[in-house]
Formats: sequence, structure tokens, C-alpha cells
Amino acid sequence: MSKTIAIASGKGGTGKTTFAVNLFAVVDEPVTLIDCDVEEPNCHLFLQTEPEKTERFSVLLPEVNFDKCTGCRRCAEVCRYNAMVVIDKKPMLFEELCHNCGGCARQCPQEAIKEVPKEVATINIATWRDKKFVYGLLDIGQARSSPVIDYLRKNFSNTDDGYTLIDCPPGTACPAVESVRGVDLLVLITEPTPFGINDLELAIKMGKALGLKQAVIVNRADLGAGDVKALCERYDVPIIGEIGFDKEIAKAYSQGKIISDVIESFRNICEGIWQRICELASETEEIKQ
Amino acid sequence: MKVAITSTGAGLSSEVDPRFGRAAYFIIYDTDSGEFEAIDNSENAAGAGGVGVKSGQLMVDKGVEWVITGSVGPNAFQVLSSAGIKIAPGASGKVADAIEDFKAGKLSETSSATAKSHTGLQ
Ligand code: SF4
Ligand code: SF4
Repeated sequence: MSKTIAIASGKGGTGKTTFAVNLFAVVDEPVTLIDCDVEEPNCHLFLQTEPEKTERFSVLLPEVNFDKCTGCRRCAEVCRYNAMVVIDKKPMLFEELCHNCGGCARQCPQEAIKEVPKEVATINIATWRDKKFVYGLLDIGQARSSPVIDYLRKNFSNTDDGYTLIDCPPGTACPAVESVRGVDLLVLITEPTPFGINDLELAIKMGKALGLKQAVIVNRADLGAGDVKALCERYDVPIIGEIGFDKEIAKAYSQGKIISDVIESFRNICEGIWQRICELASETEEIKQ
Repeated sequence: MKVAITSTGAGLSSEVDPRFGRAAYFIIYDTDSGEFEAIDNSENAAGAGGVGVKSGQLMVDKGVEWVITGSVGPNAFQVLSSAGIKIAPGASGKVADAIEDFKAGKLSETSSATAKSHTGLQ
């Protein structure tokens, strides 16, 4: 059975990508890393790898033939996402609201709407130390991550007996939800600051709402992890790792190194965390059965 | 002339709703006859996305010439301005007072959106 593990955080800058990359580095089993932060992917900067292959990704957008259109407004009425308006008998599309469902095109009585592909992102496929690594990047000016995330997960997740690691976009909005939906384990990275704890609670609530099994890693645990522990107990979410500030780690980070390559204690921590992740993820299977 | 005022309730003594897309009600007021109609927008206001667009479409369909509100987001602004509807943001207090202020020329038109996307959601 393949397992999918999402690495997420309620906000940016908690060390989420550092953990995603280092876990990816220490795993011995077959594993694929997908960077789902398609607005600002950064795993590739840590891994310092170039894609072997790139693809362009398109969505279908409705295009109105104004010669055929009678301005009947059907398209605006059927659009569940309010992406279409009709003003003075002229349909007008709000691209960033369009979910590419094709409903308007199917329902238009004049067959005046055609669905036209529009390129919105680049998909990059790479290999890093014999492991597969994929990331997407939205084109400048494009706002909707969800279709790209959906495509990445459907097409590049490990289907064999292996693992898929997902580096999620920060926050708890649609792109984060799309990245964690249905995973076997949601791992939340947090820092024990008041803001960090507040955002952690939002992230835990998102995970609960999606019915996901969760675990927490506390970064900068030297700041005092008491409040995080209380919160996790309240929500019954296990803490599977605590890492304090370490000069050597900060140095390796700033030199752009994979920390687990150069600092043994950190590698041991990551291996320990990975073991816990595997245990928790396999429990999910038992629950499912 | 028909003007729309975003409102928290169905009457002229209700407070102006500061949000356009997610306004609870629209009061459609006819400045010539003094008559008005209240439209319940709560279902749309609770929607996930494109709320400003939908509210904008409603204004177009109702044939209003001015929208009087607190602030308006970019999508709603685009719909309203495409339809030639003028927007007077910055209104507050009771709907009736906002109408008086408008009639007295105290509210002025904006030429751009005054709120970012999704501000009405917070
Ligand atoms: S449904 Fe078709 S004909 Fe009617 S307004 Fe939309 S595009 Fe025009
Ligand atoms: S494709 Fe779907 S979401 Fe897009 S405008 Fe048409 S009906 Fe709306």
C-alpha cells in the first residue's frame, strides 16, 4: 500500500520545507516528493536540482462567440462559482473565479460557448538521488492553484509500495485544503510563538474537518513548547518531534546544505520522526479497513 | 433614478452594511418617488466565492444607477463599472441618512475598488 504524507503549517516560515526536504532525504523506501506550493515552490532551491522534463499545464476556459450569443443569461445562471456575468446582453468571464467545469458551455442554448485551453502553469519533473521530485509553478498573474495541485497529486503520487511526501502551501485556504485532502497523515510544523500556536490551531481544525489523522512537529522548541503541548492534548494530536535552535543547524541551513547530510544529530531526529510517521500512517490503514 | 444602499436590515432605519458583495440586504431606493424595495442577499453573502460578482449582477439586473456602500472589492467594481453603475463608498450610519447625504451630494464617486478581494469574508 502506498502512503501519502502531507507536510503543512498554518503559516509560512516555520521550517516546513526544511522538514519536507530532510525527510525526503532520509527515507530509504521508494518516495516521491511533490511540492504543491505552486505559487512559491522552494523545495527545488534546497535540493538544488534542475528538472529533467517540463510540461505546460492548461485549464479549459469558456470563450463566448458573440455572433451566436443572444444574451439569454443562462451561462451566468448556471455557474455555481459566479464566474460569469451578463451585462447588456454580453457575457463577461471572471477567469480567476472560473472552476473550469464546462457547465456554461453545456448549458448554452445557442452553443455559443467553446472551452478553450489556457496554459496557466509549468510542471517540473526531476530526479534527486534516485528519488522522484515534482513541482509546479503557476504563471505570473495566475491565481488559481487548485487545478495544478490536483493534477500534481493525481499524476505523480507514488502508486506502488512507496511513499508520497507533499510539501503543502502554507495557511489553511483552498490550496492547502487541496494539498492535504485524503492523505494518510497530515504532519503540521509549528513554532511555539503566540502566532504560531494560533495558526497551528487553525491547521488542526482544517485537518479535523477533513477527517485526517494528524501529527505535530515543534520547531524552535527551545522557546518553550508547553502551550503547543496543551493545544495538541486538547485536540488529541501527537507531537512526534521537537527541535530546538542549534547554531550548527542554522549554519548548514544558511549555506544551503541539506542539514541531515551534514549534522548527524539532526539526521537522527529526522529518522526518528520518519519512523513515527510510518507507524501513524499505517494505523490509518487499519482504521480504514 | 434608482440607487442601491447596502444594508444590515430590510428598512431605511437599518444601518448601512459596510460590505458590498456580502451585504445582508440591498435597499433599492427610487429617488424620484421615495419608494424602496429590500432585497435579502443573505444566501449569496454566505457563498464561498464570486460573491461580489453576483451582487454586482443583481445591481445590473435591478437597473440601479448608483451603489452606496462602505467599500467595494475589485470584482464587484469591475462588474458595476462595466455596466456604467457609479459607486459611492464610505457610507455609514443609517440607510436613511446615507440617502440624505447622497441627495445632498455629500457622497462622491470612486474610480477604483476600495477593498481587496475577500475582505468581506473576515
Ligand atoms: S448562455 Fe449562451 S447565448 Fe445565453 S448569454 Fe450565455 S453565451 Fe450567450
Ligand atoms: S466553466 Fe464552469 S465555472 Fe467556469 S464560467 Fe462556466 S460554469 Fe462557471
